[in-house]
Amino acid sequence: MTQLTPVLSAHWDESDSFTIEGYKRHGGYKAVEKALSMQPDEVIQLVKDSGLRGRGGAGFPTGMKWGFIPQGDNKEHYLVVNADESEPGTCKDTPLLMANPHVLIEGMIIASYAIRANYAFVYIRGEIAHVVRRVQQAVEDAYKAGLLGKNVLGKGFDLELVVHVGAGAYICGEETALLDSLEGFRGQPRLRPPFPAIAGLYARPTVVNNVESIASVPAIIANGVEWFQAMGTEKSKGFTLYSLSGHVTNPGQFEAPLGITLRELLELAGGVRAGHQIKFWTPGGSSTPLFTAEHLDVPLDYEGVAAAGSMLGTKALQIFDETTCVVRAALRWSEFYKHESCGKCTPCREGTWWLVQMLHDLEAGKGTEEDLAKLLDLCDNIAGRSFCALADGAVAPIISSLKYFRDEYLAHQRNGGCPFDPVASTVFATAGL
Amino acid sequence: MAFTSEQESIMDAIVARYPRKRSAIMPLLHFVQSIYGYVTKDGIEKVAEKIEVEAAEVTAVSTFYTQYKSEPVGEYHVGVCINTLCAVMGGDAIYDSVSEHLGIKNHETTKDGKVSLEKIECNAACDYAPVVMVNWEFFDNQTPQSVRDLVDAARTGNPPAPTRGPKTLRTWKQNSEVLAGISDGLSGEGVSAGPATLLGLKIAKEGGSK
Repeated sequence: MTQLTPVLSAHWDESDSFTIEGYKRHGGYKAVEKALSMQPDEVIQLVKDSGLRGRGGAGFPTGMKWGFIPQGDNKEHYLVVNADESEPGTCKDTPLLMANPHVLIEGMIIASYAIRANYAFVYIRGEIAHVVRRVQQAVEDAYKAGLLGKNVLGKGFDLELVVHVGAGAYICGEETALLDSLEGFRGQPRLRPPFPAIAGLYARPTVVNNVESIASVPAIIANGVEWFQAMGTEKSKGFTLYSLSGHVTNPGQFEAPLGITLRELLELAGGVRAGHQIKFWTPGGSSTPLFTAEHLDVPLDYEGVAAAGSMLGTKALQIFDETTCVVRAALRWSEFYKHESCGKCTPCREGTWWLVQMLHDLEAGKGTEEDLAKLLDLCDNIAGRSFCALADGAVAPIISSLKYFRDEYLAHQRNGGCPFDPVASTVFATAGL
Repeated sequence: MAFTSEQESIMDAIVARYPRKRSAIMPLLHFVQSIYGYVTKDGIEKVAEKIEVEAAEVTAVSTFYTQYKSEPVGEYHVGVCINTLCAVMGGDAIYDSVSEHLGIKNHETTKDGKVSLEKIECNAACDYAPVVMVNWEFFDNQTPQSVRDLVDAARTGNPPAPTRGPKTLRTWKQNSEVLAGISDGLSGEGVSAGPATLLGLKIAKEGGSK
């Protein structure tokens, strides 16, 4: 049985965990002192050596990303933290920022120092006011404590940190759309190359990292590479936040070494809700192909999930039991992607509309077997044909649900509509409305 | 309507946060909503003036993002998550119930101007599903009954406190100010974390397995 490893979440149960005093009580802001006494390149090397990989979905090595920033180029460099958490199912950065915003700020100071940036931004999604309050206050307190602004900790390093609040656009979680949004434009992805490391914010070298990635840095600096590498698997090192939601007895956040399985996590969460069995689940948000009961023992690390045909993504484990209609689930996710498509690329803008129309008919029992082939053909013409991964995400639940539950699509036709009772899958199924 | 000198100086301070003026467009639009409740023509023109672009460019940005409203919303803007997980767990039933109860549909406001309704997408609280947001504060683990009670209380001016947020629910305009980056001094209120957030930590402290 894999043991849980609370590092980021270790003190979230203290009533003042989000304050600077609460953070410092447990060694907070000690890592930044250590990092600022190292050479910037040494910090980058240490993060590279740790094997830390991006926790926002793609899993790109964090230290390598930092190393791509050209040095000695006489240009401004920027650090941008992506706190626009909105991938369906994903709910880890939000509680982290609410319970301990200072660990992000400490990580941001260290990262900015390493890549020689004097300006850093945290782009927070606009739909959670209390997270904005907590981060805003933490930044203010960090300035007062001499951790931000001119001459950080008397080490001759200057850093301005700006909290930027979004306004409700999933696409801004895509790093280049986020940069356009931060520059004051509609949030639409850019064609790459050039990558942000060469031409990012204001066309300057920029690192864009996820909240959890940056928040993991102080512990690595403080405890060292060996400590970090002792957790996780061969190519997926360290600890991470797994978020269990849906039809489980006790949903919640679990910080564990990479490579834990859903079977183990479900045991900790008290299993699937009483009297029911798991039907399908997402390993890392709705953009990652669905898994079923046959995948309970897949190691939840970057390689393990990929080898089984999906992606680790944001480790957002959404669990659905046998009361849930997979066609309804796929349709609802498709409606989401249609709503959130930024409209820049035709295959995504038009294709997501077509997907919704077809799935509507299929759900209503008006589809035919030929429509399933057409649906897959449509998916084939959307995925990989747009600037960003939203299009790929949009087809993931459709292709994977058809792979595992093709007959359920056809059952809608035979039944003349959805054969499921939506009330049975609600949390108040037995209590009444 | 003219802007007060205090509002002008707040907007100038927002612009000054950024290395380039245009980056201030989003917080400025949130600030406009804190004054009017939505993005007005006056507001667009003022933002354009502050960041030195054409008003059409500000409109283009404003209409891209769903949180910027082109018409007034209620004092309490109720968002029901209807993304797949919340929908399945009860979000659809909650939405139908509260919509019928209030007699308004998606993007509509009650005649008294107190409550507006919106179907929202995943709000990053899936371990507390079904989730409802009011003025972008968390109301976790909702039921159709709890949301009907919530909107009734809001209409009489006594809304309940958010589950994870300040002790009292702020209005739409007040919270728009927070989103513009202006502190209301309430960051210390509310819990550090809810029970689902702490579940893994609790189990780890009890010895690692259940």
